[in-house]
Amino acid sequence: MTAAASAPDGPELTLRLDGITKRFGSLTANDGISLDLRKGEVLALLGENGAGKTTLMNILFGHYVPDEGRVEVFGRALPHGSPKAAIAAGLGMVHQHFTLAENLTVLDNVMIGTESLWRPWQDRRRARARLADLAERFGLAVDPDRRVGDLSVGERQRVEILKALYREARILILDEPTAVLTPQESERLFATLRRMVDEGLSVIFISHKLPEVMAVSRRVAVLRQGRCVAVRDTAGLDRAGLAALMVGREVTAPSRTPLPPGPPALELKRVTVAGPRVRVPLRDADLAVHRHEILGIAGVSGNGQSTLADLVSGMAAPSAGQILLFGDPIARHKPSHFVRLGVGRIPEDRHAEGLVGDMAVWENLIAERYREPDFQRAGFLKRGAARAHAGDLIRDFDVRCPSPEAVTRLLSGGNMQKLILGRTLARRPGFILANQPTRGLDIGAVTYVHERLLEARGHGAGVLLISEDLDEVLALADRVAVIHAGRLSAPMAREEVDVRRLGLLMAGEEGHHAA
Amino acid sequence: MDIFLDILISASLWATVLRIATPLILGTLGELVCERAGVLNLGIEGIMTLGAMVGWMTVYQGGDLWTGVLVAALAGMLAGLLHAALTVPLGLSQHVTGIGVTLLATSLSYYTYRLVLPQATTPPTVTPFQPIGDGSLLGSLPVIGPVLAQQTPLTYFALAAVVVVAWVLHRTPVGLAVRMVGENPAAADAQGLNVTGVRIGAVMAGSALMAVGGAFLTLSAFNAFFFNMINGRGWICIALVVFASWRPGKALLGALLFALFDALQTRLQQVSGAAIPYQIYLMMPYVLSIVALIVMSRRAAYPRALMVPFRKGER
Amino acid sequence: MRLEARTAVPLWLTLAAPAGAVLTAFVLCAGLIAWSGAPVLEAYGRLLAGAFGSRFALTETLTRATPLILTGLAAAVAFRAKLWNIGGEGQLYLGALAAVAVGSGVISLPAPLLIPVVMLVAMAAGGLLLLGPAFLKTRLGVDEVVTTLLLNFIVLLFVSMMLEGPMKDPMAMGWPQSAPVVSDAELPRLVPRTRLHLGLVIAVLAAVAVWVIKSRTVFGYEIRSVGSNPRAAAFAGVPVNWVVLRVALLSGGLAGLAGASEVMGRTGYLTLDMSPGYGYGGIVIAMLAQLNPLGCIAAALLVAGVFVGADAMSRAVAVPNYIADVLVAASLLCMLVGMLLVRYRLRWR
Repeated sequence: MTAAASAPDGPELTLRLDGITKRFGSLTANDGISLDLRKGEVLALLGENGAGKTTLMNILFGHYVPDEGRVEVFGRALPHGSPKAAIAAGLGMVHQHFTLAENLTVLDNVMIGTESLWRPWQDRRRARARLADLAERFGLAVDPDRRVGDLSVGERQRVEILKALYREARILILDEPTAVLTPQESERLFATLRRMVDEGLSVIFISHKLPEVMAVSRRVAVLRQGRCVAVRDTAGLDRAGLAALMVGREVTAPSRTPLPPGPPALELKRVTVAGPRVRVPLRDADLAVHRHEILGIAGVSGNGQSTLADLVSGMAAPSAGQILLFGDPIARHKPSHFVRLGVGRIPEDRHAEGLVGDMAVWENLIAERYREPDFQRAGFLKRGAARAHAGDLIRDFDVRCPSPEAVTRLLSGGNMQKLILGRTLARRPGFILANQPTRGLDIGAVTYVHERLLEARGHGAGVLLISEDLDEVLALADRVAVIHAGRLSAPMAREEVDVRRLGLLMAGEEGHHAA
Repeated sequence: MDIFLDILISASLWATVLRIATPLILGTLGELVCERAGVLNLGIEGIMTLGAMVGWMTVYQGGDLWTGVLVAALAGMLAGLLHAALTVPLGLSQHVTGIGVTLLATSLSYYTYRLVLPQATTPPTVTPFQPIGDGSLLGSLPVIGPVLAQQTPLTYFALAAVVVVAWVLHRTPVGLAVRMVGENPAAADAQGLNVTGVRIGAVMAGSALMAVGGAFLTLSAFNAFFFNMINGRGWICIALVVFASWRPGKALLGALLFALFDALQTRLQQVSGAAIPYQIYLMMPYVLSIVALIVMSRRAAYPRALMVPFRKGER
Repeated sequence: MRLEARTAVPLWLTLAAPAGAVLTAFVLCAGLIAWSGAPVLEAYGRLLAGAFGSRFALTETLTRATPLILTGLAAAVAFRAKLWNIGGEGQLYLGALAAVAVGSGVISLPAPLLIPVVMLVAMAAGGLLLLGPAFLKTRLGVDEVVTTLLLNFIVLLFVSMMLEGPMKDPMAMGWPQSAPVVSDAELPRLVPRTRLHLGLVIAVLAAVAVWVIKSRTVFGYEIRSVGSNPRAAAFAGVPVNWVVLRVALLSGGLAGLAGASEVMGRTGYLTLDMSPGYGYGGIVIAMLAQLNPLGCIAAALLVAGVFVGADAMSRAVAVPNYIADVLVAASLLCMLVGMLLVRYRLRWR
């Protein structure tokens, strides 16, 4: 396929987007986007978070209705707002967050919606045979009778792809497919994609990671702030230029000046967190985060990051082992106690765990401290003091909100994260947990969060950075450890990190840190 | 202990068990169908009351018994539609809406009954379903024949419903759709299924079963409509659904077990005389339901999207 | 059709929602009244007059509103913390039973002391009753709706057992009713020759107290955060389970107080038909008030008015008085839709 690679008007046109515009209130998520896709090619859709990639795909797939523009599949106009029509036209989508039912089997998940609802029984035998055939042809082996909840993330993605192929998709859209995969699993996915284009399918590959875009695609379309700013052949592109196109300015990595590590802030000594309610147990974790240091934890999602985060934020108690904070063992494993001891906690999910959306900004800003004498007397809240405190934080952390009385859920993601940063960092914690601190933020907010974390490090905090974004870990961390299946690898200094070895560790292919 | 054993092997006990179990089987199945689609239906108590009243009233007004059952089912579907319309497309709290549907369906039943029969001091009666009898095929079976002979057609309807619901849920495309919208509505939507439609349909079908369960009481177990006659059976069914881990077969088992306890305690009450206040016996079903909930709490693999409203285009 | 969250909710809309809901319920129920053959407007006129049209009617409505304010508060405070307490009826009866247990001569104290003691005991009884389901919820994840509902039946049977057994009044000629509370435990009348009693003042004070707790105290802050996002509250360090248990005590206590207020102020003794569903009525009131404690006063007046007025209407135009229950249930459902319209804007397409 390399021979015909750079002839855009060669093979048959499969998909055409023409002037797609979508507004959410005052925000224009897609602004007159036009694109085309040809048979047997991989088109990469490149753009930062918030550039409008996911919105565009949701329009294509009928989840959103565009305000303007039209979609043509194999020369025929696609009606808006109908996933059914999209499937029938030959579109298949693999979402970033899988749309699978965990309690049902692989076969159930694949068959859903493929038979007429009023058939008196399902033709499961035929379905099994087709599934086996597809798995064979594209290298997507998975047991049809297993419960999806018992599958690994990589296997679930295979089920998603099988679902699309089972519906005879001719155009496959993958939204950030590698975000949840190890580098090795990603390679396997790319091999599957190559088989697909060889069989004449077309693929749209959405990503914000430059290397894999360069590796897998024939053409690249770059989205920025809702506009399609460039469509280029991949061959002959250089990475720096592409990056500049993507963000609209030169990318500057955060500057991390080397600092000598201080005394330990947090130490884990052979800590195990297990129990019936723990989804992924943490086993025999040994770890030391020093002051003036950022320790990055890399890993594929679902490998125990949440358990580790729960442990060091006081939400879960160890079932074995010991935690020391600033050299002393912790008496009570409760969030309030951790806060009192000087732990700053940035949770993974702003909406679910970080903030109470229906409460006012000022109420969220005192959430960790409302019992302190500063904010209450004899059981009554000092509302004036709390509002003044909120005003200060809003100013210091540059939160864009009308007033401390504003309802929190109406703020943007970036401003929510600033609220959490303000609540956490204002008291100069000696140890900070930053769990996926930039997930879903736009580039400006990401830079802001990174700067603040580095600043805290400069002030003497030890930071435990848990991130599934390997680039983020490599940009910020002084040392890097990998978490896989609830076990931590031995940390290595940033300068000595070998990305290939990191990938093997993330996939569990290499021996763990012997405790 | 001998007395206990005698009770346990008597045909009349098992006949009673099936009779007590029938409305529970139907109510539990109905609730199960709703919950499998992701909708908790606390309207059950009121829907059973409505079914009991409407079914009876139809027959009292001259309809035949099966017409009464059919009208009860239709009334149940309407009440289910009300619950579904408020909780599915509008996404209102399933808890509070369900309580509201129960209050409304119950008060409407009482109002209608009083309106049609303003002066009735002793409740008027109808001729209910008769047992299928010794001469029937089932009634002439050895050992279990006497038990089966005493049952009315509605009990057999309930048993058939268990098989049908189990088949539909696990072996048909529409059943898969119901399970899918109860587990992950976004996934169902992404495959072009109409989540709202499937959920509304499931709630209506489930509510029809509940209403027939109510009609059993006025058209089979008794021959008249009394106020408060459902008496918490609906709530017991909700506990039974949890006990049954949302499976039709286990729902049948749970309802039978439950009815066995209920029948046994009635017998024991007769044997023990007045030594223990009768209220203690009457409490047992409710206490048992709570115990069942506690026992199953650790293992409950509830439908993931139960009580989670789905709005298109929101994550 | 889709829903769009409002960025700000104007006050008039908050007030219009319950009014609109009740009005809609009245319009919907007009059909039922017409079905009975009664003239609809006259029937509603009789209802209004019967509820608020005279001094006597007004005191009857206020008397009826007294327990409803308290059960409304019980539901409102629990719902605010997403503790779905549907067991107000049971807590009310257990509170009443506790009130007659200690108030019928077991202890003798002067009235100013005896009244609060009896009330506190009743509150404790109601509160402890809800503590069980709350504990099962926090510890084992057992849904509290079903357990509180089932407990209503258990409590009623327990009360029946007590009234026919150890607590039966030997002077009651065989009726299952309790001994009366002593006169020192009786609540004084507010208006002579009516049934209106001090309980109303206590209920209003309770509403004010709950409002202060909700909006001014640390406990109220905890309740609101646990109610809107328990995970985030737990992450920030709010002791979620402990908050739920305390809410259970408060909520059950308020329902228990309603029971005490009834036996101490209105009936004097306990029977099994004391409450025509005040506990369930509390749920409607809490929703009509949008969980606002002060709103519960107004909502309770409205619901009480419907019940008292329906009796008058039933006597005058021969409509079964169950129409009151229908009206109240319909108001609840309409209010749920109303609350949605307050929070969201409906957009077609």
